[in-house]
Amino acid sequence: MRSLRTITTIAPKRGRNVELVLIALALAVVVLAYVNVEVAANETVPAGLLGHAGILAAIALVVHLVLRWRASYADPLILPIVTLLNGLGVVMIHRLDIAAGRDFGDGLAFKQLQWTALGVIIAMVVLVMLRDHRVLRRYTYTAGLLGIVLLLLPLLPLIGHDAYGARIWIKLGPFTFQPAEVAKLALAVFFAGYLVQTRDVLALAGRKVLGMTLPRGKDLGPLLVAWGISILVLVFETDLGTSLLLFGLFVSMLYVATERVSWIIIGLTLAAAGAFVAYQLFSHLQTRVLCWLDPFSPEGVEQCGQLGSGLMGLAAGGLLGTGLGRGRPWLTPLPETDFIFNSLGEELGLVGIMAILALYAILVERGLRSAIGLRDGFGKLLATGLAFTVALQVFVVVGGVTRVIPLTGLTLPFVAYGGSSLLANWTLVALLLRMSDHARRPEAEPDTPVPEAPTEVVRR
Amino acid sequence: MNEPIRRLSLLAGLLVVALLVASTWIQALGAGSLNDRPGNQRTALANYGQERGQILIDGKPIARSVPVDDALRWQRQYPEAQTYAHLTGYYSFEYGAGGGLEGAANSLLSGTDDQLFYGRIADIIAGRKPTGASLELTIDARAQQAAVQALGGQRGAVVALDPSTGAILAMYSSPSYDPSPLVSHAEGVPQEAWKQLTGDESQPMVNRAIAGNLYPPGSVFKVVTAAAALESGDYEPDSELPGPAILDLPQTESDLPNSDKAPCGPGDQATLATAMQKSCNTTFGYLGMELGGDALREQASKFGFGDSLDIPMAVTPSTVPTELNEPQEAQAAVGQYDVRATPLQIAMMSAGVANDGVVMRPHLVEKVQGSDLSTISQARPEQLSRAVAPETARQLTEMMTSVVESGTGTQAAVPGTTVAGKTGTAQHAEGAAPHAWFTGFAPADNPKVAVAVVVESGGSAGSQASGGSVAGPISAAVMQAVLQ
Repeated sequence: MRSLRTITTIAPKRGRNVELVLIALALAVVVLAYVNVEVAANETVPAGLLGHAGILAAIALVVHLVLRWRASYADPLILPIVTLLNGLGVVMIHRLDIAAGRDFGDGLAFKQLQWTALGVIIAMVVLVMLRDHRVLRRYTYTAGLLGIVLLLLPLLPLIGHDAYGARIWIKLGPFTFQPAEVAKLALAVFFAGYLVQTRDVLALAGRKVLGMTLPRGKDLGPLLVAWGISILVLVFETDLGTSLLLFGLFVSMLYVATERVSWIIIGLTLAAAGAFVAYQLFSHLQTRVLCWLDPFSPEGVEQCGQLGSGLMGLAAGGLLGTGLGRGRPWLTPLPETDFIFNSLGEELGLVGIMAILALYAILVERGLRSAIGLRDGFGKLLATGLAFTVALQVFVVVGGVTRVIPLTGLTLPFVAYGGSSLLANWTLVALLLRMSDHARRPEAEPDTPVPEAPTEVVRR
Repeated sequence: MNEPIRRLSLLAGLLVVALLVASTWIQALGAGSLNDRPGNQRTALANYGQERGQILIDGKPIARSVPVDDALRWQRQYPEAQTYAHLTGYYSFEYGAGGGLEGAANSLLSGTDDQLFYGRIADIIAGRKPTGASLELTIDARAQQAAVQALGGQRGAVVALDPSTGAILAMYSSPSYDPSPLVSHAEGVPQEAWKQLTGDESQPMVNRAIAGNLYPPGSVFKVVTAAAALESGDYEPDSELPGPAILDLPQTESDLPNSDKAPCGPGDQATLATAMQKSCNTTFGYLGMELGGDALREQASKFGFGDSLDIPMAVTPSTVPTELNEPQEAQAAVGQYDVRATPLQIAMMSAGVANDGVVMRPHLVEKVQGSDLSTISQARPEQLSRAVAPETARQLTEMMTSVVESGTGTQAAVPGTTVAGKTGTAQHAEGAAPHAWFTGFAPADNPKVAVAVVVESGGSAGSQASGGSVAGPISAAVMQAVLQ
């Protein structure tokens, strides 16, 4: 048999060693950034440097080992990129702690590190427990329900919590939590499971109009429901960012599932109509648009000095930045959360910003590549959704502070201060790693037998 | 499903490209304008973090930065604050750089001007802390002191120019103010001072010499009218012209009287020279109607009216209105109606006559110096315009000399030299005392200084004021200070 083969398979590369080297590089960058900040603040190398670097290295290495053990074919770029982004975020938050006079012990950076540790633990649990992502398909409707409940939680009287003009938090004792971050994962699972079931109907039925197959009226239901939920979030939680994110997620997954451009056009039309009506009705949206168009007009300065200040921060950074610890990012309100991109831009310059955006771009592309490599429709959809939601979120956040679109209140994944966001995004990464392992694993080497997996019809 | 995923991947790439373009715009291409935007705290703090250049007169600072032990690190000090307030302006953390050179020459003083590029590179290479450039002014300290003392508490302004270069020798606006509290780092002090200064009815922060509400020039504008007449070729200094006690203005009920209600000469006739000497309104009113509004405005613009000048502070353009009817032409010819001028413009007019008809561009900064006192740039005298032919300038000089020798301007005479000049007593509001004006230059045969003085509403003399009696002595004091 062997001699008859004209094509020999080369043993596929697992890439774990590449990953290890890249993690070491990422850690080196983060440690260097940390030293930079400390030297700028105190003119000394931090006393606990080895200890702090050790903790970071330990966190990254444990995940690496878990990958070697449980997902040895996982994409080797995802973990180093996330390590670098998370690490840079912590360093920037630490630097802002110093500026605000907060000690390390009760500073935000320490909290962010704790949340990171928790996020990593959850990610590892997901990697160990979830041996095959297709299991999630069983929980399609549970996930859908969970997502909607999570979205609505902030509206409940006792636990719901208003801050910065948006009602997107819940408060349980000392903890505040942004359930929308987790909801986006649950809804991605739901959309994937739902669309893989209904895609044939959604894709094939309909009339051709102007060279485009329009869906039947009754098939519009799911899209309208997603649209309605997004509008509800926008109106009752005044959270433009989450609203955009959820709707964008659904429309993009719908497009991938059906391969029909008409869905995108219908989706964009609905979004535009919703946005227009909401703009007419709600003054906070009008303010956002005013600030977007002209943040330096007299009303703009009054209403959104923070956006203007953030822009000035970026400008002050210029091409090369002031250097970590040497700028004045604290002059902008919320420098650790909504405006952390500006804080990074001020101190790392355009060069640093380009590097960070490139990291996000690579992360998204690796996720989408995994989606292409996957052989099951559910996995393809889920991986696409998860990867694209990162792209959308980065676009909505960074676009907001750089005046590409109106400013909304989303967090920059892995970088901005905030526990909910870190936990959700580390879980997202665990799912992507799990699916990339599947995508890259040769078929001859099954990870675990999956008897319950339904037979997939290969479409192309 | 792979094809739509690839398309989505392309879309994700485009989204990132959009962000890169926006970031590049903000951080590289548009960064300059964001950094220069008023109210940019980062720029203000960055500028405060380094030593700002000095403003010097004969090497002595009238604005300097001294190190202080607080977050802003440097504080601005203004020795002789009241004397030079309108020249220095203020450099306030709360209110920015403004009011004078601090604002108008901010990029030089803060060291960000393109002229200083190579110096900055050298500083970076040598590891020196970058500092702003210092400005050496053209001001003559004695002339400035004389202006301050002579004007006293009266509201008004004094400008002295070197006619041959356009260098500003003195520029004082009264009431003046003390910019020091505006630049104080003490909590609440700048705010309190700002509130008081901006709320003051006398508007002490307005530099009346170059800006503000502008003054009707009154009879000093007759120099322009006379220049237009001589330049037209139809008139000579000894041309006989009508000079009744009262000139009846066509098309209206009103008329134009002489200030002493007497005819200019026997038989209601006077020569142009006599009319100038006695400041005859009727003769000049007649001339105005004969020459026409366009000729007046054209002559005025040759002296600099209507020009936007930067000395480097912005000078409000002086104006002669367009579309005048005959009575308005008569009034404009004697500097009334809607003719408005800055004292600097009136000084430029005298300087133009003094400099054989050529008006030089006025400037305040003689030299830009690096922190090591090396000269980065030196002012070069520059011709602004030719106002009149040399012969006309000579005739005007002769006529203006007689004004001070035996006409309305005798009190502007300076012992030991010949002064050429023109007085003005400008009506500006019903029932209010007129503004007193004097402009002139000395010595008449070899001019070294041209002066314009305005005293608002007659100053301490009130309604008894005339240009000669109130503004003349101030001009004399300033000229004397320059010539001694």
